[in-house]
Amino acid sequence: MIGADIQILMPEVVLAIYAMGALMAAVYTTKDGMAPLLTWATSGLFVLLAVWIGINGQGTNVAFGGMFVDDAFARFAKITILLSAAAVLLMSEAYMQRRGLLRFEYPLLVALAVVGMMVMVSAGDLMALYMGLELQSLSLYVVAALRRDSVKSTEAGLKYFVLGALSSGLLLYGASLTYGFAGTTLFSGIIAATADGASLGLLFGLVFLLAGFAFKVSAAPFHMWTPDVYEGSPTPVTAFFATAPKVAAMGLFARVVHDAFGGIVGDWQQIVAFLSVVSMFLGAIAAIGQTDIKRLMAYSSIAHMGFALMGLAAGTAFGVQAMLIYMAIYVTMNVGTFAFILGMERDGRPVTNIESLRMYSKRQPLRALAMLVLLFSLAGVPPMVGFFGKFYVLRAAYEGGLAWLAVAGVIASVIGAFYYLRIVYYMYFGEEGEALDGKMNPVLWTFLMASALIMVVGVVNLFGIEPMAAAAAATLVQ
Amino acid sequence: MIGLEHYLTVAAALFVIGIFGLFLNRKNVIILLMSIELMLLAVNINLVAFSSYLGDYVGQIFTLHVLTVAAAEAAIGLAILVCFFRNRGTIDVEDVNVMKG
Repeated sequence: MIGADIQILMPEVVLAIYAMGALMAAVYTTKDGMAPLLTWATSGLFVLLAVWIGINGQGTNVAFGGMFVDDAFARFAKITILLSAAAVLLMSEAYMQRRGLLRFEYPLLVALAVVGMMVMVSAGDLMALYMGLELQSLSLYVVAALRRDSVKSTEAGLKYFVLGALSSGLLLYGASLTYGFAGTTLFSGIIAATADGASLGLLFGLVFLLAGFAFKVSAAPFHMWTPDVYEGSPTPVTAFFATAPKVAAMGLFARVVHDAFGGIVGDWQQIVAFLSVVSMFLGAIAAIGQTDIKRLMAYSSIAHMGFALMGLAAGTAFGVQAMLIYMAIYVTMNVGTFAFILGMERDGRPVTNIESLRMYSKRQPLRALAMLVLLFSLAGVPPMVGFFGKFYVLRAAYEGGLAWLAVAGVIASVIGAFYYLRIVYYMYFGEEGEALDGKMNPVLWTFLMASALIMVVGVVNLFGIEPMAAAAAATLVQ
Repeated sequence: MIGLEHYLTVAAALFVIGIFGLFLNRKNVIILLMSIELMLLAVNINLVAFSSYLGDYVGQIFTLHVLTVAAAEAAIGLAILVCFFRNRGTIDVEDVNVMKG
């Protein structure tokens, strides 16, 4: 009985045991001397687990009386999370090593955060949800403050901690109300309790839960922590924040609104549509004035979360499919963009000012071209894959009867194109500035080029993620 | 007779006090940590009250989880706060302002 349950959550168990074992091993041996090895081993393990989940996963399996659900949706999200976390770890190694930041805790904290994310997207119960979310959040607070001797990094950690704890509190209050008025913490029980409409108490619980999730996906109006945390954290950590946790939080969002509250779509649809439209516009408009590329990426991620939420707001299986495709594309684009940002340095010191990119194309035509492709893709310019992500969510919103939201999305994406194109302008036109260093770490170069190539080649068939996302969405929305 | 609604009212009041403490407090980061703790404890009152009202143990198990996580959260918060204090020499909320926003 318990053996069969453990079997289902084997990938999580393996990863958790690895993290604890490696922690012990590193503490009792060379400590930070093991850090490069652990970084490579952890990302290797992530890739292995992703392959394992991809090959081994069949059908829908439920463990621990419904608390943990392993279905196509969870597997899609887990593979995206694992692969993006592996990519970010590989990109961070050289950067952190050179700046004396590579402590052995870093890959292991990322591994623990990933365990939390995997539990989040598989949660079938409010308790499993809470434990997964907290494991992820607590690890992320620490990695945000990884550079202990920097005021900015510790301030980022402190701000993230305080606002993250507030959001956990809101979410938990919502969970307690949901438990009280539904009489159970199981999602299957909650959906049964809402079969003929939700009571007022349950609606309150739902609103608090959604507010908590909005914090975690950094959707406006709960986005205030994002720019500061992105700017203050070390850049590899920022790259991590912008990828895997976002997928996990969106997965959790979709899981709760469909698995637990799928019977009262009308009640949460308007809230999600509101979050979506506010995030898209705030992300697009507030990014215009930014001069720091990490802050700009923070606002960019807020806008992108708005688009992903648009898919969810449709409340249909196609909407969830669109959201999953959007997140997979978003993560790929962000890995490439952050590979570029990690490679921006002058005299060996990291530079994050956008103006330092003046006439970058003259000195580094290939890298400038790759970045151009990624920025066009982020902006959603038609020939790139990013456009198809936007196209799917807009179509989902339109078919879900939210034509106004789709129109607002188009307007926001036009406004948002401005600041991406401003970077392109700096790289290709304008006057010459002080040059950035010419050489780039080969790992970063590979990720930048691969990501840009995917954005161009992917137009053919999106690498077949469309049917996978459709299958994943079908298991979630019945 | 003290019923469910009394417990819920107390919990809601504590929760709101916690949120206000978080936003109105301009003095000290330690007070933020206390406010967060207050919010989590309000949730615990809610859970235990519901658990007793419904005659269902799940709420109490949830409470134990929340208590454990709250302890871990406070530990991490204090650790980050100590690092911040070493760099900045102060823990006033107004001084957490190197980055605008």
